[in-house]
Amino acid sequence: MNDLSLTAFVITSSIKVLTVFSVLLASVALMTLVERRLAGFIQDRLGPNRVGPFGILQPAADGIKNILKEETMPGTANRFFFVLAPALAIVPGVMTFAVVPFAAPLPTPWGTVGMVIADIPIGILYILALSSLGVYGLFLAGWASNNKYAFLGGLRSASQMVSYEVALGLSIIPVLMLAGNVTLTEIIWQQQQLGFWYILPLSLAFILFVISAFAETNRLPFDLPEAESELVTGYHTEYSGMKFSMFFIAEYSHILTASALMATLFLGGWSIPFWSGDHLFWHDGMLISGFTAAGEPMAAQGAWWTTLLTFLSFAVKTAFFIGVFMWVRWTLPRFRYDQVMHLGWKVMLPVALAYVMLVAATILVLDQVGVEGFLFGAILTAVSAACTGVFVFVVDSDRLISGSSVSGTDRAVRSPVRQVRRPALEPRAGSGVNP
Amino acid sequence: MAATVKVMRRPDPGETSYIRATLKGMALTFKHMVNPDKVTLQYPEEQPDLSPRWRGTHRMEVHADGRPKCVACGLCPTICPANCIRLVGGEDDQGNRYPIVYEIDEFRCIFCGMCQEVCPVEAIHVGVHFENAEYTRDRFVYDLDRLMEQDHPTTLLWDPSDPRSE
Repeated sequence: MNDLSLTAFVITSSIKVLTVFSVLLASVALMTLVERRLAGFIQDRLGPNRVGPFGILQPAADGIKNILKEETMPGTANRFFFVLAPALAIVPGVMTFAVVPFAAPLPTPWGTVGMVIADIPIGILYILALSSLGVYGLFLAGWASNNKYAFLGGLRSASQMVSYEVALGLSIIPVLMLAGNVTLTEIIWQQQQLGFWYILPLSLAFILFVISAFAETNRLPFDLPEAESELVTGYHTEYSGMKFSMFFIAEYSHILTASALMATLFLGGWSIPFWSGDHLFWHDGMLISGFTAAGEPMAAQGAWWTTLLTFLSFAVKTAFFIGVFMWVRWTLPRFRYDQVMHLGWKVMLPVALAYVMLVAATILVLDQVGVEGFLFGAILTAVSAACTGVFVFVVDSDRLISGSSVSGTDRAVRSPVRQVRRPALEPRAGSGVNP
Repeated sequence: MAATVKVMRRPDPGETSYIRATLKGMALTFKHMVNPDKVTLQYPEEQPDLSPRWRGTHRMEVHADGRPKCVACGLCPTICPANCIRLVGGEDDQGNRYPIVYEIDEFRCIFCGMCQEVCPVEAIHVGVHFENAEYTRDRFVYDLDRLMEQDHPTTLLWDPSDPRSE
């Protein structure tokens, strides 16, 4: 995957790990501020703007406050798991980013350095595996606190994340089928080669992925594990100080990774639209920019400014999705628990399954007919657009938020006004005070 | 008054959805996000507009020669519903009554403004003022000197013939 010597590889990898880790944590700190300021703007307020210019030092102030705060330890908590849980929550959140490519390969005097920490061939599987581990931190926190609210929050987080992982995995499958690979660098390369970002040919997969990503990161409208109106704050009710802060760092790094994944899987990752200068890919040990008509790979050389531009492109796309995460949070109220489960198992799962089948069939037919290139993407885009239309206007229609004991298709619930006839209250003879 | 029941109309079939409704909501929140008219008051720099009838901490009116206008008639401690005014009156050689001790416990005060209403010589007033922070609790018992030093505007009394102060 690269032409570096072992020493250069170790050194560049260490630098990349340190840089990405610091940038990740700095972004998480900034996101807490952006979230609060955005919340302010949406609610016609200003948000925190006092600490430093535009409030930029507010996260530092929050961090100092949280470190200096007393750490409480509930008397009945399971000490070992109570301390372990925040670490278990934060580690997968931070580690997942390791396989996300964030820029085009950078040429250095010692060889070309890929701008991804670990370009491992199992890319997406690694992300799915690690993000599933995140549920242990939340669930252990809820269980070890020995608090009924925390426990309920932990239970909800476990069931919710397990349920939506199914839809998440199924919504990624069309991407894998189209790219023919699970490596994220190759998925970007295939999007560049196709000339379509996968958001177009796989629009419904994108919608399903976004919805399940919201549920996986426990963000509104799926933040039932926290649900402050019912569960105090859910699984981290008993936590204080820096341990509490670690759950937040975990949540925000999950958001960051989910946004980076949306950008990578569906918006071409670091690629810049309508420009082929950033087409760079490791193919059989050499960096290529594409194939000639005869199928010969064309050798390519990166440039530092290409790396910089592609990194900016990636940052813009990721920041956009982070913004959407926050925007939705301050728009929607929280779902009820049974609605979350209904949506996950009865809507998302069948739709995702059907869509996987449809995309597979379309790709198979197009391959058999021999359609390639732009036409291939265009036909797939049309098919997906039709599916999205059906999903948005037919499947997602006429769904009434009904009582948990009544199904949404019950006629009695649908009728505009339920007329309940009660016998008129008649004054009983002999009992009243009336003359 | 009879209780009234508001009957909410159930949405008609076809009116409801998740995704389209979410997008509609997001459009609304976006409008507010870019709306430049924020309600936040940048407090220490910007001061709120207080009503002229705002009843805050007291001040004692002073004669031109620096004596308090109070004649120690004892009406304000009598009327005070919170019993927060302590007054010890005295009399000088000419027979003028004056307050020897005049203290208001601003913690006990409920800022009803009755002391101002009842005062025959318009000496004690509640004021248009709210920044009263102190470091110790005993600083909240305002003595006569402190009351005379206050320089914030006094509260406009409610006039029954002009209930909206027009």
